[in-house]
Amino acid sequence: MALLATVAFLWATPFLWTLVASFRPEGAGSVNMASLVPDTPQTLDNFRNALESGAFGLYYLNTIIVVLGLLAVQCVTVSLAGYAFARLRFPGRDVLFYVFLLQLMLVPPALIVPNLRTVVDLGLYDTLPGVMAPYFASAFGTFLMRQTFLALPRDFEEAAAIDGAPWWAIVWYVLLPMAQPGLVAFAIVSVTAHWNEFLWPLMVINDPAKQTLTIGLAAFTRGAEGGKEWGVLAAGTLLVMAPLAVVFVAFQRRFVDSFVFSGVKG
Amino acid sequence: MSLAGTTQAFDGIENGSAAKMQPRWRRRLRRRLFPYVLLAPSLLFLGLFTYLPVVRVVVESLHDRPHGTGAAMVSFVGFGNYSKVLADPAFRQAALNNLVYALGTLIPTLVLALAFALAVQRSNRFSAVLRTVFFLPSLVPLVAAASLFFFIFLPGVGLLDYYLAKIGITGPNWLGDSDIALWSVIGLTVWKNAGYYMLFYIAGLQNIPHDTIEAALIDGANAWQRLRYVILPALLPTTSFVVVIALINLLTSVDHVIVLTRGGPSNATNLLLYYIFQSAHENFEIGKAAAATLLSVAVLLAISLASMRIMGRGAQP
Repeated sequence: MALLATVAFLWATPFLWTLVASFRPEGAGSVNMASLVPDTPQTLDNFRNALESGAFGLYYLNTIIVVLGLLAVQCVTVSLAGYAFARLRFPGRDVLFYVFLLQLMLVPPALIVPNLRTVVDLGLYDTLPGVMAPYFASAFGTFLMRQTFLALPRDFEEAAAIDGAPWWAIVWYVLLPMAQPGLVAFAIVSVTAHWNEFLWPLMVINDPAKQTLTIGLAAFTRGAEGGKEWGVLAAGTLLVMAPLAVVFVAFQRRFVDSFVFSGVKG
Repeated sequence: MSLAGTTQAFDGIENGSAAKMQPRWRRRLRRRLFPYVLLAPSLLFLGLFTYLPVVRVVVESLHDRPHGTGAAMVSFVGFGNYSKVLADPAFRQAALNNLVYALGTLIPTLVLALAFALAVQRSNRFSAVLRTVFFLPSLVPLVAAASLFFFIFLPGVGLLDYYLAKIGITGPNWLGDSDIALWSVIGLTVWKNAGYYMLFYIAGLQNIPHDTIEAALIDGANAWQRLRYVILPALLPTTSFVVVIALINLLTSVDHVIVLTRGGPSNATNLLLYYIFQSAHENFEIGKAAAATLLSVAVLLAISLASMRIMGRGAQP
């Protein structure tokens, strides 16, 4: 038990330090910067400095646009494809299923170089849609929705079909409301992944006004190398991590279920 | 609506029996095409960003195109780029580093993930807090983790050296010493990933029937024997799954390398994807980057094909 508590404390140390250091006054000096003991008086200066020196407001906005725009497109593509794989029989279904499956291995990060060329060809270089485009189709999301649809009883759809409802009305009004847990699980995994993404946006975005949070933070970290503004760096890191961490603590059960589902089913 | 109109127009031309056949034939065609219409948006983007890039990379890897020149300067070089890449000491170093990095990360990560899962599987308040603590690192951006560890590894005043000094140990230059830097990066990755894989082990443990463990208890198996002969075999599918996703992750994320070391010192932390990123983005050697991409895609596919049965089973209803 003592061992477990020690390991847990060790695991939490980087976060504890971030919290302590980000509220530490600048005058404390760099010698004791590593101390995990909170200082008095606490200060919000580091957050103010971080917000001023990096354009964090803009980075937040860009990240939110990417994450939500991407999610909106993905919800359409994965629901349609998931429905087709779950409910329709057609020639080539198994082959197409494997065509989707392959994306789980040929993950976009491995293909950054050719994908950048494609994004340039499409005229999407240095745009936020260029950051989103490689993820518009999601094999994982398609499987997740397929599993979700398969688990739903067919009775409701059949009743709606007998009443003469067109397929899109059945999907929109009957299936999707029941498939909500699947969509939420997918949304959690997608938002987390793209909130945290770095390498691909780094390659696609050139304009400082279009940078996302992670790119801003990386530039910020390199900037801190020279100076000794560790408190500001800690505050900046906290600003990037906080939104997801807060949502996670609030909806822990849902998060954990989604991530496990993401692994087990896809 | 437009379909109905066209059908009527056809009715005028065709003779009676054919006119009756036509709408049914068209309706059936529409029903036949319908699934593909639903799949079309996904297939379009899969084509553009999963399949086209593979074709592109094959073509580019066989050609040479000096930076800043137009399509006219492209020349076919056969396997020239491959021999160039394979002869490049930086590539060899990156491949070797990636192997050390993958194994050096994978083994401790799996052991810790299982240990964490066994420790926190009971549902009480203390376990819930520990689960959160262990899982939280996998929720933060790799870039943010790198920023934190940048300070942790800072020589002299950093978190690690500060507390090591209190117990009288002088730490090495964690990121500046080429013998140690890769292991520092490994340490960061283990911290970041262990909690994520813990979730799968927790789920796996919950799927082990209670009777099995009780039977082992009745037979007088001690804790180690229960782990070795009952729990570990039952967790084998979980382990193989985790190994696959962990390996894919270890080959396709280098955010921390970019922030912390940029592959240095003297290529000690250069990984395959970072080598590719550098060749394409900083040195503009497209052919070389393409050849290296294809080699790493081959590794990814080899891992995946080996595990296709597991993944396929997971995706079946």
